[in-house]
Amino acid sequence: MTTEITTPTLDADPVGDINKYDFQTVSKPIFKARKGIDAEIVHQISDMKNEPDWMREFRQQSLEIFFSKPMPKWGGDIALDFQDIYYYLKPTNSQGRTWDEVPKEIKDTFERLGIPEAERKFLSGVKAQFESEVIYGSLKQDLADKGVIFTDTDTAVREHPELVRKYFAKIIPPSDNKFAALNSAVWSGGSFIYIPPGVKIDFPLQAYFRINAENMGQFERTLIIVDEGASIHYVEGCTAPMYSSESLHSAVVEISVQRGARCRYTTIQNWANNIYNLVTKRAMAYADATMEWIDGNLGSKLTMKYPAVYMMEPGARGEILSIAFAGPGQHQDAGAKLVHCAPNTTGQIISKSISKGGGRSSYRGLVRVEKGATNVKTNVVCDALILDDKSRSDTYPYLEIAEQDVSIGHEASVSRIGEEQLFYLTSRGLTEAEASAMIVNGFIEPLVKELPMEYAVEMNRLIQMQMEGSVG
Amino acid sequence: MSDTLVITNLHCSVEGKQILRGVNLTVRRGETHALMGPNGSGKSTLGLVIMGHPKYVVTEGTITLNGEDLHEKSPDERARRGLFYAFQRPVAIPGVKLADFLRHAATNVRNPERKEGEELMPMRDFRKELKAKMEQLRMNPDFARRYVNDGFSGGEMKRAEILQMAMLQPKIAVLDETDSGLDADAVRLASQSIAEIGREKMGLLIITHHDKLLEHNPPEFTHVMLGGRIVETGGIELAAELHGQGYDRIRRTYPDAAEENRLMAAKEELAASGAH
Repeated sequence: MTTEITTPTLDADPVGDINKYDFQTVSKPIFKARKGIDAEIVHQISDMKNEPDWMREFRQQSLEIFFSKPMPKWGGDIALDFQDIYYYLKPTNSQGRTWDEVPKEIKDTFERLGIPEAERKFLSGVKAQFESEVIYGSLKQDLADKGVIFTDTDTAVREHPELVRKYFAKIIPPSDNKFAALNSAVWSGGSFIYIPPGVKIDFPLQAYFRINAENMGQFERTLIIVDEGASIHYVEGCTAPMYSSESLHSAVVEISVQRGARCRYTTIQNWANNIYNLVTKRAMAYADATMEWIDGNLGSKLTMKYPAVYMMEPGARGEILSIAFAGPGQHQDAGAKLVHCAPNTTGQIISKSISKGGGRSSYRGLVRVEKGATNVKTNVVCDALILDDKSRSDTYPYLEIAEQDVSIGHEASVSRIGEEQLFYLTSRGLTEAEASAMIVNGFIEPLVKELPMEYAVEMNRLIQMQMEGSVG
Repeated sequence: MSDTLVITNLHCSVEGKQILRGVNLTVRRGETHALMGPNGSGKSTLGLVIMGHPKYVVTEGTITLNGEDLHEKSPDERARRGLFYAFQRPVAIPGVKLADFLRHAATNVRNPERKEGEELMPMRDFRKELKAKMEQLRMNPDFARRYVNDGFSGGEMKRAEILQMAMLQPKIAVLDETDSGLDADAVRLASQSIAEIGREKMGLLIITHHDKLLEHNPPEFTHVMLGGRIVETGGIELAAELHGQGYDRIRRTYPDAAEENRLMAAKEELAASGAH
């Protein structure tokens, strides 16, 4: 197989490189590895990407670990044939695909979300295009002036090897779990962000995502480094539905939030119903740093996702707000992990789940306090809302506490959508459908109010559609 | 027969237990009725059945509004036809702002033909009206931004119920112990508010144990419920008698109904203790 690599031109200014990375003009080789996974396939991926030896070796070692690891003990039932999956497709998954191939329910969803035709094609991966040259240009310049690096991870390996080598796989090593090992072996795409010390970006970094089709990958790898005293809000994905023709999506997201820095990572994803969505997300927060995960999950066959914050030094804070909506045939096994490794660290988990039409949601959460981590405070609140008697919700809280001087709170509540609530609202003239949607929207209000405006609007519409049961 | 609620020989049960055993009652727009009776006599049940609560099964008899049988009508259809029930203990709906909910409800009730997804009443008009009504009821405008009944005090809940009644302008309203859990001043305020927004414009069926709520709403008719039936109907003097002397005379006069009531109240207590 001949593989031709188109590498963006190197430029002295790292951020300037992004400008050259034009999806419309760079012609991508159309390449699809054969099905299955073995050393040869992984070598092919390295060949395709023209990777340095260290990354090539890292992939091969990760593959060994993947083969040797058992399936994770946490979470739902995974019925996957690892040899029946394509692990590498051409870098932009777009050119071989046509609009006709996009599943009907996804098209309908786009339509009902009111997303313009061009953007629909982009979001579905059919067309990679710049959403807006103007926004892109000014944003790029603004970031470049501040010394921010924002690119895809493949490019970062080539252009910022010293930064990547310092942080890559340090927070989530391949040995962490079977799916982290798999991602480490076959990863492709994802975002790489470096924010220099003291730089505070006061708008959410999201427009970039929309122009970067590689983020849509099956095994993306994201690395975010927020240097001392810096601050960002990164919005990954969007509320528009995501689909993949493959059955497995397994991303790894690593974030380092350094002394006094702040990072908020927001993602709302709506996957096609046949996808196993198995994602490892972890942040390390150092002295007086704050990490916030806002994580929304809709769709998929099984999602296993537990964003984690390791509080490494005194004064660190971790906050996780997670929400899952399990519809028919779906299992959302979502939750959070907070690990207190230092004294005077604080955390909060708010987890909400909605189950409908036989869907199953589980909250699975870990709070761990390491020896020596005194004066630690964490509060966990998880609320489940069950919309009918076919659906199910479980709570699996794990507490591992190695210190005395700690304050850990856990409140869990499960409620069936109240007959009394429905009666109350309908007795005031709302139809039953309007009333249920209102109750559900109220339930997710704490999440929605944290979202940027346009995401909040889309989120509400998505929930509305899930409630009507017309899209999966 | 304009704006008249007619209840004829109504029997109903909940979870297999019979509660109402042949209720007859007519309430016209512009009339005020007091419904009294000891605990467990079926007063709240009657209110909930009128509104169409799914838990209560009508086994015999009819409820009609302006001649139309409501049997197959859902609670929202009843609301759109002009019925209102003010809850004794309203449930909280976290995350739903009172104003948003009310705009939705008012739109539907005023435009009964509205299809789902059609525009709500204009925000400006709604806000203006809500503000005026809240002023009339001496409510803090911030109240409308709070989540429906979430963390409301007893008094706040009852005033929110009255506010909703004011906004929805029903033809016939059932007020279920709007005075319960309120101190004397709060009851007086509620009584006054109901009179301001309801009297003459609506037909009121006021379920109460006390006379304070009737202070500004003197009933033309007082009904006494016992054992799932209305056993006696009189004027305002009957309400006064019951307030003064309680239900002893009623129990002696209707021993069979009193026995039914005793059994029903005992079952209710048992169910309540089992639930906790």
